[in-house]
Amino acid sequence: MFVLVEMVDTVRIPPWQFERKLNDSIAEELNKKLANKVVYNVGLCICLFDITKLEDAYVFPGDGASHTKVHFRYVVFHPFLDEILIGKIKGCSPEGVHVSLDFFDDILIPPESLQQPAKFDEAEQVWVWEYETEEGAHDLYMDTGEEIRFRVVDESFVDTSPTGPSSADATTSSEELPKKEAPYTLVGSISEPGLGLLSWWTSS
Amino acid sequence: MEVKDASSALLSNYERWGLTMFSRLECSGYSQVFQLLTDLKEQRKESGKNKHSSGQQNLNTITYETLKYISKTPCRHQSPEIVREFLTAMKSHKLTKAEKLQLLNHRPVTAVEIQLMVEESEERLTEEQIEALLHTVTSILPAGPEAEQKKNANSDGTMDEEDPA
Repeated sequence: MFVLVEMVDTVRIPPWQFERKLNDSIAEELNKKLANKVVYNVGLCICLFDITKLEDAYVFPGDGASHTKVHFRYVVFHPFLDEILIGKIKGCSPEGVHVSLDFFDDILIPPESLQQPAKFDEAEQVWVWEYETEEGAHDLYMDTGEEIRFRVVDESFVDTSPTGPSSADATTSSEELPKKEAPYTLVGSISEPGLGLLSWWTSS
Repeated sequence: MEVKDASSALLSNYERWGLTMFSRLECSGYSQVFQLLTDLKEQRKESGKNKHSSGQQNLNTITYETLKYISKTPCRHQSPEIVREFLTAMKSHKLTKAEKLQLLNHRPVTAVEIQLMVEESEERLTEEQIEALLHTVTSILPAGPEAEQKKNANSDGTMDEEDPA
């Protein structure tokens, strides 16, 4: 689920930080810029792994700060396709089951990828696996807070960078704010033996 | 900012331990990330002052939550030596990097879990091989925090008690 991504960036260090070791200032700036942020088509950045190369630092006219080009590696959350992950059920809705890893919340298991047959219990707002055995049907509820093992089947990145101001006649000020989209979402599946709530498969 | 190489350099391993089966950008199993974040947390605690400045809030949040997540997995107790021992033992089973990484991160105890993590396991592994794989996994990799608790609660000094059904 974690990968190392090599990146290059120019880091600006303001003059009042010149007394600190350059590596420390740079590490702090990089973490400030990237930690807990999603980079488009890369993943959720966790923290700096190491700095591989520091190029010369320059000071430009008009700005007292130093600018250094840094090559570094960053730990990024980016599960590979078909990876198995264990998360917690955050809740259920008609769209499917929402799963959360503590540091990442936008995981959805759509209804067609649940163990079949499944139905949505409107009263309790929870998805249920109607598990059939010779003795009859057992209803297995997917309750909030339960640990769930799932397979990553798809991911989608949305570019959430701000767009410019729209033209005057296109939108009026009374229009609602655009819906906030998650920049990085995962789609999971539990339609295989061994997947789903951990309690369904433990033998003890 | 430029991303040089976003392709999976699966982070599995602690720095450069030179086992030839991995490329130079080793894998990042949960235990490596756990170690990295724990060290980072210690470092920042020692340097005191600017932990709470607004710029650091994101790093605090993600560090705390990721550590919380990994602490609940069996990887919490893995050391680089254990990881190395595990990967050496895995050589004979001919698994892909991704499969070994998943075994390392999840420590499966049943055949069903192995089938999930190893592609086409029915064709590639016989039942004995799956049993052997499970044995290697459970004997080399330390159990997770919950299993440890259960084990401590059950054992009354006798080590070879059978698991209560």
